[in-house]
Amino acid sequence: MKRARALPDPMSATIIRNGRVIDPANKRDEIVDLAIVDGRIADLSAIRNPQSEVEEIDAKGLVVAPGLIDMHVHLREPGFSHKETIESGARAAAAGGFTTIVCMPNTSPAADNPSTIAWIKDRAAETGCVNVLPTSAISKDLAGEELAPIGSLKEASVVAITDDGHCVQNHELMRRAVEYARMFALPVLDHCQDYNLVGNGVVHEGYWSTLLGLPGWPAAGEEAIVLRNILLAELCDHHIHCQHVSAAGSMRLLREARARGVKISGEVCPHHIALTDESIQNFDTNFKMNPPLRSQRDVDALLEGIADGTLSILASDHAPHAEFEKEVEFDAAPFGVVGLETELGIFIDLLVHKHGKIDIRRLIEMYTIEPARLLKIEAGTLSSGAVADVTLIDPNLEWAVKIDTFQSASRNSPFNGWKLKGRAVRTIVSGKTVWKL
Amino acid sequence: MNVRSPDMNRRWNRKDLLGLRELSADEINFILETADAFKQVGTREIKKVPALRGKTLVNFFVEPSTRTRTSFELAASRLSADVINISASTSSLTKGETLKDTAKVLEANHADIIVLRHSSAGAPQFLAQRLKSSVINAGDGAHEHPTQGLLDLYTIREKRERIDNLNVVIVGDILFSRVARSNIFGLLKLGARVTLVGPSTLVPREFEKLGVSISHKIDNVLPDADVVNLLRIQHERQRKEYFPSIGEYTQLFGLTKERAKLLKPDCLIMHPGPINRGVEIDSEVADGLQSVILDQVTNGLAVRMAVLYLCGGIST
Repeated sequence: MKRARALPDPMSATIIRNGRVIDPANKRDEIVDLAIVDGRIADLSAIRNPQSEVEEIDAKGLVVAPGLIDMHVHLREPGFSHKETIESGARAAAAGGFTTIVCMPNTSPAADNPSTIAWIKDRAAETGCVNVLPTSAISKDLAGEELAPIGSLKEASVVAITDDGHCVQNHELMRRAVEYARMFALPVLDHCQDYNLVGNGVVHEGYWSTLLGLPGWPAAGEEAIVLRNILLAELCDHHIHCQHVSAAGSMRLLREARARGVKISGEVCPHHIALTDESIQNFDTNFKMNPPLRSQRDVDALLEGIADGTLSILASDHAPHAEFEKEVEFDAAPFGVVGLETELGIFIDLLVHKHGKIDIRRLIEMYTIEPARLLKIEAGTLSSGAVADVTLIDPNLEWAVKIDTFQSASRNSPFNGWKLKGRAVRTIVSGKTVWKL
Repeated sequence: MNVRSPDMNRRWNRKDLLGLRELSADEINFILETADAFKQVGTREIKKVPALRGKTLVNFFVEPSTRTRTSFELAASRLSADVINISASTSSLTKGETLKDTAKVLEANHADIIVLRHSSAGAPQFLAQRLKSSVINAGDGAHEHPTQGLLDLYTIREKRERIDNLNVVIVGDILFSRVARSNIFGLLKLGARVTLVGPSTLVPREFEKLGVSISHKIDNVLPDADVVNLLRIQHERQRKEYFPSIGEYTQLFGLTKERAKLLKPDCLIMHPGPINRGVEIDSEVADGLQSVILDQVTNGLAVRMAVLYLCGGIST
């Protein structure tokens, strides 16, 4: 894995004192000091006799976690730098507590070829303060018609393939993509949406779409493709990861398939558990995303799915859009909300504090070893010798979301003004603090 | 009707009319009472009153319409407002200007009232939140068409002298109908019993949560109906997945001469227009004694005058 930043000068050392170190990769959860030497996690003995100045960080009352990974982010470069750049998106990630982000290929041009991937990686190395790992498209130009050069893309070191924002409708093409990707052990991520069932739907099909006369996006439009993916994962014996799962039926399908050992997984986004379709009644386009906000029944099912492990990964689907693009008629507005700077707070607040569905340990797993295993990346661990990507979290800090303070270039959040409990207070990439509250 | 009485200020304080769902029964009744006075004005030799003299009304129709636009134009003229008509093809929307920018330009030209017809649900809310001008919804997507709902309520109240406890049957494409939604919201608030009839593909069951009944057998509901409101059925353009043919629709749901015999003699037959004769309603029935279709048009003028008068007096 190429590092976004050069390692610091030799013999730099940091000690993070008195924090609660939660390192799921090594099954550690203890109050202990953590040492960083030359940008890597080190044994404390390595700095018993420091040869240079040691930076001390007091982490009393804080959780010291492996650097968090958000495996579903839209950085919009190349092509849409008025919404976000790799630089601003990486800063937003750092401010949210993320040291590694995985960016989606629906850029312009689409990231469906090695040169665009190389461009993104170069840009990330030059401007990004966190690790940026690109994915590439499954199909050329995300059109769902023919395969992208998956082998060359693997060589260009993409971590996964996905047509996110789009969905390959042709089951045969998807089958061959999954089968082909297996040869490279390259995970396949899928935005689950059946175009025929969804049509021009913009909000969850249910009570509120009916009342408001907005075109409905039925849950079955997601569930049909989740089921398709389960069948193809079995047929091809290769992993498919269902992105931003939103519907109760998807939970039932995933739960049953995972119990049978099918190589299938699902991720959940903060807005899908924090909000329901009731929020759309003022036609505010900051509540418009794809898949849409669903019913309370769906939210309850997602919470159960998180509690029982059916959903194993937390991610934002950070989807920045400029204000002028969002400030239009509801059905004309683009789908998507920003999430990097609010997701950790929302998940800690709702999952750990309010609903008690998981503890902070499991939450950290879902942001570290779970995505790291799926994507086969060396991240999400505090093992001795590992690159020192570390997130310091205050799980009890009360704060309010203020979109005006976002590092992201966009402001399209449905959570402005929300009061949350828990957030990242310091983000360390390769031993260097890249963001601090 | 130039002086705003304290009673009026108490009963109406909205600058916009966006839909009937957000109104109280009292607010709806107040509009209907105000319309009574304006209906009386229509019978005079001189049909014009100075209520909105010096105010500018913009008919901003992003989606085509003849009868609603004409009705608003006439209503505004009778209130002595200056009227400007803008349609999608003549506006800068065709040049890529956003709805917000176009509306801001209208406001900068001192438009006091903007009457908006738009194909997107929520477009009037969008404007109302951003403009000081009054915004009147003249139909937004499949969401609401409040003045149509009000004129239907007015017509029922006029002919039957009440609305509560009446059995009102709405027949047709409920899913895509803003007229249906405004009628449902308004009728329920005023105490009517509402039954929706149509193909199961076009009558969303979610409406049952509001307390309406759903039937797919029109012959079963016609005998008890006090009002039958027939909606225009569209097929060729966009509904081919929803029912197989116009012929089958008419066979199952059309108000034919034969079916009309099932109706009580005092049952009202309504239609928001334009009518597809021989499709949702037989020609003889549309022109028959029970039909109040043209009364709806006449009442539409009085109701729109009332709405413009009430909202126009609030604009900040």
